[in-house]
Amino acid sequence: MKISLKVNGQLREADVEPRKTLLDTLREDFLLVGSHAGCEHGVCGACTVLIDGEPSRSCLMFAVQADGYEITTIEGLAPAPGELSVVQDAFCETHGLQCGYCTPGMVLTAHALLEHNDAPSRDDIVEAISGNICRCTGYGQIVEAVEFAADRLRKTNLPRHARSDANNPGKPPFGGNDALGHGVLTAVQPDTPRGGRA
Amino acid sequence: MSEAEIPLKFVSSNRRVREDRRFVAGQGHYVADVALEGLLHVAVLPSQHPAARIVSIDASEALRMPGVHYVLTGEELAKAAEPLMNGLNTPHVKRYPLAVGQVRYAGEWVVAVVAESRAQAEDGAEKVRVVYEPLPYVIDSEEALDLSSTPVHPAHGSNVLLDRTFVWGEVDKHFAESPRHLSFRVTWGRNSTVPIETFGVAAKWDPWREILDVWASIQMPKYSDQIARALRIPLNNVRVHQDVDVGGSYGVKRGIKQTVIVSHLARRLGRPVRLIEDRLDNMRAGDAHGPDRIFDVEVAFDNDGIVKSMKMRALDNAGAYAGRAPFQLGKPIGAIVGPYKIQSVKYRAISVTSNKAAQEAVRGFGQAPTNYAIETAIDKVAAALGLDRIEIRKRNFIRSEEFPYLIPSGTRYDSGDYHTVVAKVLAHADYEGLKRERDELRAQGLCAGIGIAACLEPSGGNSSFEPLLNDANKTTTWMESCRINVDGLGFVTVTIHTTSSGQGHETLAATVVGEVLEIDPDQIRVVRPDSLNSLPGNSPVGSRMAIMLGGAAFHAAKKLKAKIVRLAAHQFGCVESDIVYQGGATSYPGSSRKLTWAEHVNIAHRNFHLLPDGMEPGLEVTHVLQVPTANKLPENGRVQMYPCHSFEFHLVLVVFDPEIGKPKIRRYVIGHDCGTVINPHIVKGMTLGGIAHGIGASLLEEFVYDSEGQMLTQSFMDYLLPSSHEVPHVEIVHHCTPSPFTVFGQKGSGESGYLGSPAAISGAINDAVSPYGISFAKLPIRIAAISDAIAAAKATKEKVQS
Repeated sequence: MKISLKVNGQLREADVEPRKTLLDTLREDFLLVGSHAGCEHGVCGACTVLIDGEPSRSCLMFAVQADGYEITTIEGLAPAPGELSVVQDAFCETHGLQCGYCTPGMVLTAHALLEHNDAPSRDDIVEAISGNICRCTGYGQIVEAVEFAADRLRKTNLPRHARSDANNPGKPPFGGNDALGHGVLTAVQPDTPRGGRA
Repeated sequence: MSEAEIPLKFVSSNRRVREDRRFVAGQGHYVADVALEGLLHVAVLPSQHPAARIVSIDASEALRMPGVHYVLTGEELAKAAEPLMNGLNTPHVKRYPLAVGQVRYAGEWVVAVVAESRAQAEDGAEKVRVVYEPLPYVIDSEEALDLSSTPVHPAHGSNVLLDRTFVWGEVDKHFAESPRHLSFRVTWGRNSTVPIETFGVAAKWDPWREILDVWASIQMPKYSDQIARALRIPLNNVRVHQDVDVGGSYGVKRGIKQTVIVSHLARRLGRPVRLIEDRLDNMRAGDAHGPDRIFDVEVAFDNDGIVKSMKMRALDNAGAYAGRAPFQLGKPIGAIVGPYKIQSVKYRAISVTSNKAAQEAVRGFGQAPTNYAIETAIDKVAAALGLDRIEIRKRNFIRSEEFPYLIPSGTRYDSGDYHTVVAKVLAHADYEGLKRERDELRAQGLCAGIGIAACLEPSGGNSSFEPLLNDANKTTTWMESCRINVDGLGFVTVTIHTTSSGQGHETLAATVVGEVLEIDPDQIRVVRPDSLNSLPGNSPVGSRMAIMLGGAAFHAAKKLKAKIVRLAAHQFGCVESDIVYQGGATSYPGSSRKLTWAEHVNIAHRNFHLLPDGMEPGLEVTHVLQVPTANKLPENGRVQMYPCHSFEFHLVLVVFDPEIGKPKIRRYVIGHDCGTVINPHIVKGMTLGGIAHGIGASLLEEFVYDSEGQMLTQSFMDYLLPSSHEVPHVEIVHHCTPSPFTVFGQKGSGESGYLGSPAAISGAINDAVSPYGISFAKLPIRIAAISDAIAAAKATKEKVQS
């Protein structure tokens, strides 16, 4: 049957079997493969998406049931290609992941927590992410990531509604200026003596 | 080999892990994300019997279902493919990807149905009619060992895959000399790493180019070799794409049977074919369960608690097929005495088949269960003598000045400073205060206990256990490689030749190459060529990549630097030893002459007339690294197993209500020494993740089979994974004892935390219930088991009193 879903702010249409899950529809019909199948019985949380801002299991919901809701997937979180949200950047800062498979669900869950709670305690964070299973990290660096993101969001001057789009206010996410051989990789000009230098 | 010329700039600094960026954005590229034109999907039909003869298979109705293309049986596949590899010389324990003639465990795959979608394939599978004739079966390990039990593979004659006794040193003499002995049995329950991504594989056959393309969620040495052998095609017809991200593995992602099924189907049907296990496929028949082991241990010691000798019998239940499972009894031989100066050991390693799912490599490759047995022994010796459990460990530890230390089974431990690590942990944790805290909790009517584990993580994985347990196997190398190319514009690309499942190998390689060449690692591209473009390697197993990939990258970068220096010396007309290399530039002290990075690049790529005689143009190098210390076959049952030995010391305080029995870890401190750390974020994550995995193994996770051969824990509702509620905040106390055998002094850390946490948590719970005069001798120790045992102990006590 034909459905139209609002995903990451855009209206998307598909023709799916009524039995098709929201997860499979996002992945196969809309090619949003950042949401992952883990257990497909609602325990692990790898398939987590936000439905009207609340973390939800896309493996336990049929696509046809999602009509009329605002769906946010991990692809909807980065402010622009190659740019990370504050929460995403915080996960990179603390290495709150390893294999990356549970990460989209974890990041969305953390994002939703911080939308509600400016200053979550450790217990708040543990509670919020307890429905998302991670087999790599033992959760330590994930909790640190959420604490770090909360701190940075509190310190930003942007109003809450603008924060999701707030680009990383801290140091650049990649690189830095700490290389010993700073500048050695400036491209040489081919076919000129000594790379075009004196 | 350790280089101490200049301080390390990038190695050991808290740099970000480059892989993380794509993952936090949902831009990982996992096997389920690989888009292939015309892709067909597979669903498998499991057996409901633990053992049965397959009388007939009727697929006619399935083939009429919408979207169904094909139904593959074991008979057809067995004609087209060789049986899968066995580690031991057990030719009659044949394993095919789909059951042939007989099923050997409940859940075993019998047919594979191919359809336009996975849903249609599942619909089709429901319509396949299989008639079975049930056969006798065996589940219990001791029963399987009994020669009168029904053999899982009648052609093999018994259920015994391996029964080998090693005697290292004068065990009988030491036992006779020792005034005290004790013996006990502990059992390690069958669990696994259970990655959140199940195993998946897609294959495509191109008959015009004669190429089989494979994309898989794989972590396995010699994967493409095994595909080629099984399908009887040349290895250079197999192209495994290693740029597939793997959603967790920790040892188990070794889906060779799945790969053979889809590869055969892709050739048979002329379309790309994919099999992604669902959770039930994965749990019940992904052939990814871990060790399932009973230990009988006897130790001989004196009144000071010095343990002189140990006898260990390890009986492991491999499940229905052999694979590499028996080798998981072999690897622990390389650390069979743990961190202790036990002078002699008798070790009987037994592996039996049973009608359970097949076993596969799990994090630590058998070491975590063995460490649990050794640590239990040390706790029991302390209890027998009324000594403190830490004091007794300190008395038995190898001392730092005794390294390299040769253990009775032939491995030389590289380095360590166990006493210092323990001292640092005790100071950090305030051990006396921790004991007071425990006693105060007990005074409140709670059960509280302290757990301790001191153990080793052998690292740098070679495969010495293969020739040790299989005389026909003469493997003495388990190499790893790296290639560096500096392109014509001066940019650096490093190739690594494996898939990764979260270990950060791109970060590792870039950090090491950047360190040696003194250039910014973030400017270095790291790529993973397909298997046909790869140098020899053995994948990230056995905590080896910091040592082996880090080592290969180091040596490749040194070669590149040497080439640049030689090139520069030729320009300056001086000898190479006069050249100063700094930050990618070269200079000749005493003159003002200098060459920049770009100038070296330009000469190498464009000015052949300026190159020294015999130098190849371009700036490209490779290095294939042999495992340090690995140089010969086993002799007299002794072998140098892994080259490096990381140390971990766990100190845990557990508390629970005696009525409820749900353990809460109140304090978790680990002292960790893995030599020089290349990326602190990565090592920290491995250690914390390993501890979480150990919490699962000790308290929650088990693949339970009932007496009828059915696996009861088939979903995440029954097989419980630790959530953020179960895993406490963990405090890590660092120490660094560099390894003399590696380029930066690094050791492995891929299994850290996991190798000791089950022993420590078990010890804590046993300490907590000791006032009741009870203890637990089997992992996992579940909530119900705790509360039941305490209730029973109370009832007995009341009965005695009345």
